[in-house]
Amino acid sequence: MTGQVLLIEDEPNIIEAIKFILSREGWQVFSHSNGDTAVQTVRERAPDVVILDAMLPGRSGYDILRELRESTETAALPILMLTARGQTKDREMAERAGASRFMTKPFSNAEVLDAVRALKGA
Amino acid sequence: MPRDTLTGSRIRERRIAQEMKQADLARAAGISASYLNLIEHNKRRIGGKLLLDLAEALGVEPTHLSEGAGAALIAGLREAASDLPESGAELDRTDEFAGRFPGWAAVLVATRARVTQLERSVEVLSDRMTHDPNLAASLHEMLSTVTAIRSAASILAEPGEIDPDWQARFHRNIYEDSARLAETARGLVTYLEADNAQATETGTPQEEMDSALEKAAHHVPELETELQAGEAVSAALARLGRGLSSSARALLRGWLERYAQDAAALPMAVLREALGRAGPDPLALSGLTGAEPVRVMRRLAAMPPEVLPDPVGLAICDGSGVLSYRKPLPDFPMPRFGAACPLWPLYKALNRPHVYLAGDLVQLGRSGTAIRAEAQALPVGPLVANAEPLYEAHMLVRPAPGHGADKAPQEVGLTCRVCPRDACPGRREPSILSSR
Repeated sequence: MTGQVLLIEDEPNIIEAIKFILSREGWQVFSHSNGDTAVQTVRERAPDVVILDAMLPGRSGYDILRELRESTETAALPILMLTARGQTKDREMAERAGASRFMTKPFSNAEVLDAVRALKGA
Repeated sequence: MPRDTLTGSRIRERRIAQEMKQADLARAAGISASYLNLIEHNKRRIGGKLLLDLAEALGVEPTHLSEGAGAALIAGLREAASDLPESGAELDRTDEFAGRFPGWAAVLVATRARVTQLERSVEVLSDRMTHDPNLAASLHEMLSTVTAIRSAASILAEPGEIDPDWQARFHRNIYEDSARLAETARGLVTYLEADNAQATETGTPQEEMDSALEKAAHHVPELETELQAGEAVSAALARLGRGLSSSARALLRGWLERYAQDAAALPMAVLREALGRAGPDPLALSGLTGAEPVRVMRRLAAMPPEVLPDPVGLAICDGSGVLSYRKPLPDFPMPRFGAACPLWPLYKALNRPHVYLAGDLVQLGRSGTAIRAEAQALPVGPLVANAEPLYEAHMLVRPAPGHGADKAPQEVGLTCRVCPRDACPGRREPSILSSR
């Protein structure tokens, strides 16, 4: 099972590593680093799965997520939220904003791969 | 129950506490036991001579029997009860409780105040963790960098061949990220250890006083004048102690009183003149002025830039090693919380009371600037025959003079938590900078 993944993350070496592991499995991976234009990029790319960092330059990942959920075309889009915090309230915040899944940094490659597969299959 | 009807209850409590029989107290006061019984159960109001007689027989001040608990104590109990409305505290008997058990009531009120203070500290620290943008950004960057390193390392560690170009790229990424991680970690540690004003909001009296002294640059002009010491201390306390808790003000008053004594014994003009001849060397200044070295150290720490252009740092600890005064230098920070590095001469001085220790240090993880440290521990309080004295240690730190150093500076840390040296006999806990 493969498809298109849009990775919205500002850390270039994380982008490179995730691109590598997903591409190796046959996924087509695009990346985007700016919070301000992230929603527009999601609409243009129409990916199967979005991996979204919570803290981005320009705009918070939670804001982006909320806007995507308000739009009918992206309301059900599988979105994996990445955050550097793991407290219960951060998880709740991600869930309230509409994250399909939530993953705390530092995560493993296998965890990302499993999450993307699961989201595409859901 | 109104307060003025509880005199009998207080008489009864006092009598029982003294294990005195009702009949004995009645006899001493010249009344019958049955009448005293009515008084003790608040069925007869008393005053005048009988109250005085009963108070005398019980060996207490009459007001202790007649006035009962203070309004503040009762208000404190009501606040404690309002914190836990479901507890079913008998609010209508608050006055009676405070009157009959003033000691326990005071314990309850003090405990409630302590709980409130601790809750506030937790709230401030939690709030800082959640909302401090610098802290959140640093933690996010650290964890993102760790994630990048982990991902790249895990790709390289997988079995099977990886394209040499990718391999080289991930190696380079790990190298770059590890350097960035070290830099971010160092920045985070500096930030957490920094003397920022927010930390004072955690509210211990020592922190409040540290912050007040820091704002005053450790110099108190009021105490450098010819004013009466008591007036000058009160004036300085009014200025520096504004907004501090009563405990912090008590600490500050003690510090100001000592400052006033030091200033009287070694006036600024005398020290300025001696500094011109000997420089900021406590031992040499002691020889010139006749003031003991630890007093010279305290005076040097209190000098303004026009007297001492290059400031000195000073740490003072009690016999348990707890810092009671801290004036750090940029190249020699001192921990705000917890214990400092046990290798500091400050602590060695406690092992060798009266001996004046001097040597050069370098604090690991800093700029590598050599620091001259001089330390001495002396007894505090009056000498008591056949009793071991308590000691207090002083350590003055200043940039090392740079000449005559015949051996390398001793390496010390700040605290174990942020010290990179793994093999150290003084280590109390693992370091967050450990290479292991």
